[in-house]
Amino acid sequence: MHTTNESNQTPQVGAGQTSLLERLCNASAVSGDEHEVRQIVIQELQPYAQAIKIDSLGNVLVTREGRGTNRLRVMVAAHMDEAGFILTNDEDDGIYRFEVVGGMDVRFLLGKLVWVGRSHTPGVIGAKPVHLLTSEEKKKTITLDSLRIDLGPGNGNQSKIGERAVFATPFIHLGNSLRARALDNRLGVATLIELVKHPPDNIDLLAAFTVQEEVGTRGASIAGYSLNPDLAFVLDCTSAYDLPAWDDSENSQYNTQLGAGPAIHIAHKPSLSDPRLVRHLEQTAKVENIPYQIRQPGSVSTDTGTIHKQRSGIPSVTVSVPGRYLHSPASLCRLSDWQFTLALIHAALARLTPQVLATER
Amino acid sequence: MKQLIQKLVEIPGPSGYETQIRAAIRAEVQPLADEVYVDALGNLITRKGKLRSGQHNSGEGQRIMIAAHMDEIGLMVTHIDENGFARFTNLGGMRTRSLPGSRVRFVNGPIGVIGLERTIGTNDHPTMTQMFIDLGVTDRGSCPVRVGDVACFERQFLDMGNRLIAKAMDDRIGIYVLIETMRKINSTPHELYFVFTTQEEVGLRGAAPAAFSIDPDLGLAVDVTSTGDTPKDKKMETTLGKGPAIKIRDSKMLSDPRIVDWIVRTAEKSKLPHQFEILEGGTTDASAIQLTRAGIPSGCISIPCRYIHSPSEMVDLHDVQNAIELLTQLLSEKVILQ
Repeated sequence: MHTTNESNQTPQVGAGQTSLLERLCNASAVSGDEHEVRQIVIQELQPYAQAIKIDSLGNVLVTREGRGTNRLRVMVAAHMDEAGFILTNDEDDGIYRFEVVGGMDVRFLLGKLVWVGRSHTPGVIGAKPVHLLTSEEKKKTITLDSLRIDLGPGNGNQSKIGERAVFATPFIHLGNSLRARALDNRLGVATLIELVKHPPDNIDLLAAFTVQEEVGTRGASIAGYSLNPDLAFVLDCTSAYDLPAWDDSENSQYNTQLGAGPAIHIAHKPSLSDPRLVRHLEQTAKVENIPYQIRQPGSVSTDTGTIHKQRSGIPSVTVSVPGRYLHSPASLCRLSDWQFTLALIHAALARLTPQVLATER
Repeated sequence: MKQLIQKLVEIPGPSGYETQIRAAIRAEVQPLADEVYVDALGNLITRKGKLRSGQHNSGEGQRIMIAAHMDEIGLMVTHIDENGFARFTNLGGMRTRSLPGSRVRFVNGPIGVIGLERTIGTNDHPTMTQMFIDLGVTDRGSCPVRVGDVACFERQFLDMGNRLIAKAMDDRIGIYVLIETMRKINSTPHELYFVFTTQEEVGLRGAAPAAFSIDPDLGLAVDVTSTGDTPKDKKMETTLGKGPAIKIRDSKMLSDPRIVDWIVRTAEKSKLPHQFEILEGGTTDASAIQLTRAGIPSGCISIPCRYIHSPSEMVDLHDVQNAIELLTQLLSEKVILQ
């Protein structure tokens, strides 16, 4: 149990936090095999938590109790897993057939470097070279079943069916931006780690580092059931497609914009955010002078999709760091958006009282 | 009676934003119930009848949940452009062809008309992203709504004698049936929970958590269903004016046959007109209740309705009155499932 009084400080994103994010992003955690990220989470939080529970699906559940009476039990969830690949067929001499896990655009895959398994064995997703392509083939979209992961012939590099693979993209700090694979959702994981290290003491913080979000928010549903909180916040990373339109017309479908601060979700495919929690986040942002944006309502899903329907119902809301090119080899985010997200969620938790849920929606 | 129906259908209450309709219903049911509360997802839960002390199926009385949803289909703003036009997405099963030219009212007041990009030809099927709401302003700064604001159809209630037309008959007419049934029931051996649910139109999200907390022995929903009685309609038995429809199946539920049987027997005994419903596309809160916890025997009484999810949904007054009578009979007597 950590005994210093640092829990009352507002956590900041500094060099330590960025270097933790780097470790998280360079770890592999394709849905169903979240081991590497889970180990980092456990290692980071061991000194701060009385008990760390790993539940039946592999969610990491950490509780930090507050002080005083009338404390709300607040679940804060961030998914550890990422979209990636799974080896499905061994075709000998380091060649493997594979499937995608989670949402992935197959057009991204051609010629990309990958890390296979927990050993991060280097591989490449090969394709027919340009010299040999017929003009007909050049017009076609490549299908997944024509692609293979190649670990290199004759070098004894072996893997096995069921092993996961990810794009082999190392994390890089680019001035005010960060570029990495799986910023969705290591940003959420890193933010939640900071909250557990510096929990506001007016609430009981029930942190859930969830599994299998990318394949249908599966881990969060059982975490929501077992934690049975009064309300839930989900920390995620959401797409920003904020580039100018090719014809200079107004881009009206950007989802979110980089540099505009944390994105509050009001509505997405599987859930509607509780209007009281949206209001609470907006009021907090205004009081604390934190920039924020409303994510454009529609499509996508996050862990709130399954959390809000657990038991007798759980008021829920998602706050995301905006990121470009998610589920691709390299996503980009602004450092300031992450900093403001951490500031907003921490301040919103610190200002939570039972009154927030007692008001009309 | 038509006054209350008019009041219920004209209040805007898109999924997730049921505050105003909940307040109106609460004012009606407060004097009729033994207990009234609002749960975590906004369901308005009312109890009528004594709290049962024993276990499930211990005595004569059952714990019965009767659900009708408060929410209606709607729209949510996604973007305000530089000229003050609001782009939007749907909340629930909004049909794009109902939209151009329709007026919509935001829950916070403003009214607008839906326009279509002029690149769309008369024979094209436009998508929602090619439409916008015109709120009569000329720039972003003066637009009275913002991203995330919600609206639904703005349309007056129309009384045609036996036939009633309004937006949101789905499912305010079910709400009306529940309220009037609560008013009519003098005594009941049961512990009845009349539940006015939220978020049905976006995926039956309110009903399941309500059923989890109530943990009933039986579940019923009262909702609208399609008919097959208009020119060149799809083949469907259900007809406007031939009585409340007893659901046998829909796309997500097979009604418990014992419940179907119980409803039929009760209708026959009371000489109430009734018909059956087999719905190919669509479902109700009953399907969510049925799969809650270890499973809850469930069924549904449907009010036949034409032009569902359009701004002008039509029901027959006699079907509504007979549904109230049928539900009152069902809930006033001992339930025998066989």
